[in-house]
Amino acid sequence: MKKNSKSIRNAKSRISKTDFTKWHLKLYIAGKTGRSQTALRNLESICEEYLKGIYKLEVIDLIKHPKLAKGDQIFAIPTLIKKVPRPVRKIIGDLSDIEKVLVGLDLKSIEAV
Amino acid sequence: MRSKLSVRRKSHKDHLDLEKARTGIDGFDEITGGGLPKGRPTLICGGPGCGKTLFASEFLVRGATEFDEPGVFVSFEETENELTKNVASLGFDLAKLQSQRKIILEHVYIERSEITETGEYDLEGLFVRLGHAIDSIGAKRVVLDTIEVLFASLGDDGILRAEIRRLFRFLKEKGVTALITAERGEGNLTRYGIEEYVSDCVISLDHRVHEQLTTRRLRVIKYRGSSHGTNEYPFLIRSKGFSVMPVTTMGLQATASEIRVSSGISQLDEMLEGKGYFSGSTIMVTGPTGCGKSSFASHFLESVCSHGKRSIYFSFEESAAQIVRNMKSIGIDLSTWEKKGLLKFDATRPSYYGLEMHLAQSIKLIEEFKPSAVVIDPLTDLTSIGSANEVKLMLSRLIDYLKNKGITAVITGLRSATDVSTDDDSTGISSLIDTWVCLNWVHSAGERNRTISIVKSRGMDHSNQVREFLLTKTGSQLVDIYLGTAGVLTGSMRVSQEAKDLAEAHARSQEVAHLTAQLEAKRKFYTAQASALDAELKAAEAELLKALSQSKLKEERAKLDRIDMAASRKKKNSKNYPKVQNASRNGSEHGL
Repeated sequence: MKKNSKSIRNAKSRISKTDFTKWHLKLYIAGKTGRSQTALRNLESICEEYLKGIYKLEVIDLIKHPKLAKGDQIFAIPTLIKKVPRPVRKIIGDLSDIEKVLVGLDLKSIEAV
Repeated sequence: MRSKLSVRRKSHKDHLDLEKARTGIDGFDEITGGGLPKGRPTLICGGPGCGKTLFASEFLVRGATEFDEPGVFVSFEETENELTKNVASLGFDLAKLQSQRKIILEHVYIERSEITETGEYDLEGLFVRLGHAIDSIGAKRVVLDTIEVLFASLGDDGILRAEIRRLFRFLKEKGVTALITAERGEGNLTRYGIEEYVSDCVISLDHRVHEQLTTRRLRVIKYRGSSHGTNEYPFLIRSKGFSVMPVTTMGLQATASEIRVSSGISQLDEMLEGKGYFSGSTIMVTGPTGCGKSSFASHFLESVCSHGKRSIYFSFEESAAQIVRNMKSIGIDLSTWEKKGLLKFDATRPSYYGLEMHLAQSIKLIEEFKPSAVVIDPLTDLTSIGSANEVKLMLSRLIDYLKNKGITAVITGLRSATDVSTDDDSTGISSLIDTWVCLNWVHSAGERNRTISIVKSRGMDHSNQVREFLLTKTGSQLVDIYLGTAGVLTGSMRVSQEAKDLAEAHARSQEVAHLTAQLEAKRKFYTAQASALDAELKAAEAELLKALSQSKLKEERAKLDRIDMAASRKKKNSKNYPKVQNASRNGSEHGL
């Protein structure tokens, strides 16, 4: 736990160097299931903590917009896609493992984990 | 008997219970009694390159074009473009079908390196896409090719298995006939054990190499609630699509025709009751190399074509051009019939593919061309690509097939040249043959001469004679061979012996004429002599009679004289004289 808080601090310091970067995140869900709610909560807390003010989050419900699934090649739910900054990343699952999410979003290098 | 009945009852029940979706794939619907189980998932598994994707594509395309059942193709491996290109080789225009909204191609792209898994997830996204695609065109058919990519790309097996189970349930709820492809695993039907989720129908495709020859085979491993052919069926991937050959399902139901067809050689027809073969029968002609088997077969084909019927020449030795040229030398021009579309050549090397494939290919061609006669020349070449037993099985199936179709077949068989004395058949199929003609060589006087005889001909009173088989510029001819005091002779020996016989007969008849003439002369001579003697006799007789009567007259006169004399001597014994006088007078009267 101690190690964890330390690494998060490292990540914070890195982001401060790229303040002006705009972050564009998309979260695909299918209906208001428990898992999607968990994923959304986890994501919002991560964003608030690490990307406050510089991110844009879009939540897409495939039940309402099934056509949108093809464009981003969605097959698993929930899926988080980081469109900007490049490279595009895809994270599937309820985002409960914050370490992995941070790595997946390039907010943290693998070595740090 | 009981098991047969129960099978029949079961298959009858099928029609009531299990609805089937016709695939339109050649031969497959026959094996399965109507196609894939409608509204249920079917698994099709097999090794790489064995045709799973093509099978699935054809199922979908035929559904869309022939049975008005739109389909969704979910590809996990190939992109839409790749798929369109791949099936274009079968003549399917996926782009057009897509624009007509009969087919939707859905490429699900999963790249492991781009994905991070954190926590729990499900495959709802896939379901949404699939559901949307199905609903947007009212799809009745779905192909998932190949779902196992998920296992290779995602880490959580537990989630995947649960989700795949849910996927199949979802497909059933949607009421679509689904086809799921999967890669063959070691010891298992599929690498990731997908078969345990698909319980309705499992099909296995195979691609086997035997003695350097490949044969594709298909087997229905499981078909719940339906009877199905359990054998391995060879199949082809041809320019027009898949083609499965249900050749092992045939029974003995051939009808027997009373119609006769000419053998193309009039003298041979004479040997067969003067009418030729039975239509739809199987004729085998065996003989050592060069004894005229192909010529024999070509005569038959020409006769068939000249009656306006179609025929196919399956050649395993010569190309079509070679056959046409060679047959011209005996006055048969097969090319004219070919141009008229009545004759088709199919020349393939036996080693081009396996036995099953040969059978499949031949049947395919027969189905397309619908000939009333075929020639297989020579069948013995097939033994080079299979064991004797395999060849026998394959041939018996082919012959059964031809008989069922009522196609007259002439099959030539090479016999070892060293063993010319026996009527052996190297392939052991003589019992399947209706008419067996044996060609042979006879060596004599520095010549080889061809002979022909009929070993058997079922259902007719055929000739027991051995004839000489002559190949001339104007066609084949059968000539009576010489059977006489000098033995059995053929060729120039026959000709010279016949000439000799003719001369002898001539000489004999001349002698008879001579003797007859002599006899006549003698008869005339003696008849003449006899009549001369007769005349002489008559003359002599007349002379003698004349003399006799004269002498009697003289005697009479003498007696009268004596009486006169006695009378003049004034008689002493006068009483006796008148008696004597009376008697003598009477006697002389009688004598004259």
